[in-house]
Amino acid sequence: ATLVRVQRGGSPSAQTEGKLTLLCDAKTDGSFLVHHFLSFYLKANCKVCLVALIQSFSHYNIVGQKLGVSLTAARERGQLVVLEGLKSGVDVFFRPREEPHPLQFLREANAGDLQPLYAFVRDALQPVDSGEAAWRCPVLLVDDLSVLLSLGVGPVAVLDFVHYCRATVCQEWKGNVVCLVHDSGDTEDEESDVLLNGLSHQSHLILRAEGLATGFCKDVHGQLRILWRRPLQPTTHRDRSLTYQYKIQDKSVSFFAKGMSPAVL
Amino acid sequence: MAGPERPPPPRDSVEWEGRSLLKALVKKSALRGEQVHVLGCEVSEEEFREGFDSNINSRLVYHDLFRDPLSWSKPGKALPGGPLEALRALDKRTVSGPATIALDSLSWLLHHLPCPTLCQTLHALSRQDSCPGDTPPGEQVRVLGLLHEELHGPGPLGALSSLAQTEVTLSGMMGQASAQILCRRPRQRPTHQTQWFSILPDFSLELQAEPPLESQPRSDPHTPSVDPTTHLTFNLHLSKKEREAKDSLTLPFQFSSEKQQALLRPGLGQATSHIFYEPDAYDDLDQEDPDDDLDV
Repeated sequence: ATLVRVQRGGSPSAQTEGKLTLLCDAKTDGSFLVHHFLSFYLKANCKVCLVALIQSFSHYNIVGQKLGVSLTAARERGQLVVLEGLKSGVDVFFRPREEPHPLQFLREANAGDLQPLYAFVRDALQPVDSGEAAWRCPVLLVDDLSVLLSLGVGPVAVLDFVHYCRATVCQEWKGNVVCLVHDSGDTEDEESDVLLNGLSHQSHLILRAEGLATGFCKDVHGQLRILWRRPLQPTTHRDRSLTYQYKIQDKSVSFFAKGMSPAVL
Repeated sequence: MAGPERPPPPRDSVEWEGRSLLKALVKKSALRGEQVHVLGCEVSEEEFREGFDSNINSRLVYHDLFRDPLSWSKPGKALPGGPLEALRALDKRTVSGPATIALDSLSWLLHHLPCPTLCQTLHALSRQDSCPGDTPPGEQVRVLGLLHEELHGPGPLGALSSLAQTEVTLSGMMGQASAQILCRRPRQRPTHQTQWFSILPDFSLELQAEPPLESQPRSDPHTPSVDPTTHLTFNLHLSKKEREAKDSLTLPFQFSSEKQQALLRPGLGQATSHIFYEPDAYDDLDQEDPDDDLDV
């Protein structure tokens, strides 16, 4: 319920359109945020493109059903376009080289840029002139960007991909982009740090899921920090961030102020 | 702030962003009647111009490297020649009158151009080669560059720093932004100062005095302090007699002189210790001294 309030109401409004939201996790799994945004935007009647590089389609579908959306039905009616990285990653090697493929970089010796992936996103979310506005704003969801680094793409290439998505989906079509990235934390992963910091500078809103400093807890799964970065209202830094703790349940996530978990009160 | 001739890069971080300061400096230049050229790589023209009134916007020329910097779109909306040519073209545009060039951002340029090339182009842009007599003071070009510190290693950061006459690093404390300003003038020692500031919604720059140290978040003085020893199920207090008895107690391992005497000379009143032993049926009592056969 709190997460919806962060987005100012139950559905995307003019204030929340054209934004890049960065989901970041550190020492915990932030994928629950991806599932939340996926079901949120589908319910809000937006056209959604999901670049799913981590899990299979059926995984998102199962979780989506718990949250009240059917991804299969959304895909059938054309509301949802999914790039299933796990499946189509293999396809790349069995197709003729001339045919462009969104994950073409997997074939190349030095993974160049992600232009084919951007082209896929652009074609999937391009507003169609069909007389009546079928869907609300277009939305791009990427789960996740850190895996691209593991696949050999440089951090600047990933930043360029997100830049282009921002320029097209956010700026031109007034849609939203939501990306998940992992914070490598203490491990000195320079590329991961450049990617995370570069994305943070580009983002309007950063949602950071962190594990508790004291370790695993049954009743409090972690802490969520919300940081508003842009648009630039030159107000004091203090006003622009909030922290909540959360517990992930079967069909929802409950949020509460720090130290106020029902289990400890 | 004094007007520098060479590029000062405001360095920012994710926590203390620098674009508002860049926009505030751009506004100052525009209000002085200068023409301002902005090479925009990170935000759209619409977003950069937001917050400026029409007077400032009319003096601002935005060179758009945001929409299609790498020529991925068809039909291409890119500036011809890509980022490097766009940067070099700025030199040719600022021919008449004093001008300011704002680079938003140097980080983007550093990611897409080789560092030496970028440094050479910046050097040419700020016209360091011209002798002081050649260019009249009014014609000088001020270059401002925004740099995101955490995105680069020490090498490129050092290279860009050496080009800059003024370096402004942003940080802050308790919600108040501050700028560490390092000024390098030729044949003079570098000067360092800290300036607290805030930027108003219309991007005017307001300089401030250092915030007093007492403004730490303090606990609410109206909350009465609660005595934690009330409502306990056990007794934490000592009566006077109990306290006296406690204070007069000697601890077992405290070696006072009385204790030492008592140990050395067992007094008459003290009972000597006896050991009572009942042997079992299976005990083998050997009265011989087991150490007899030791030849010590």
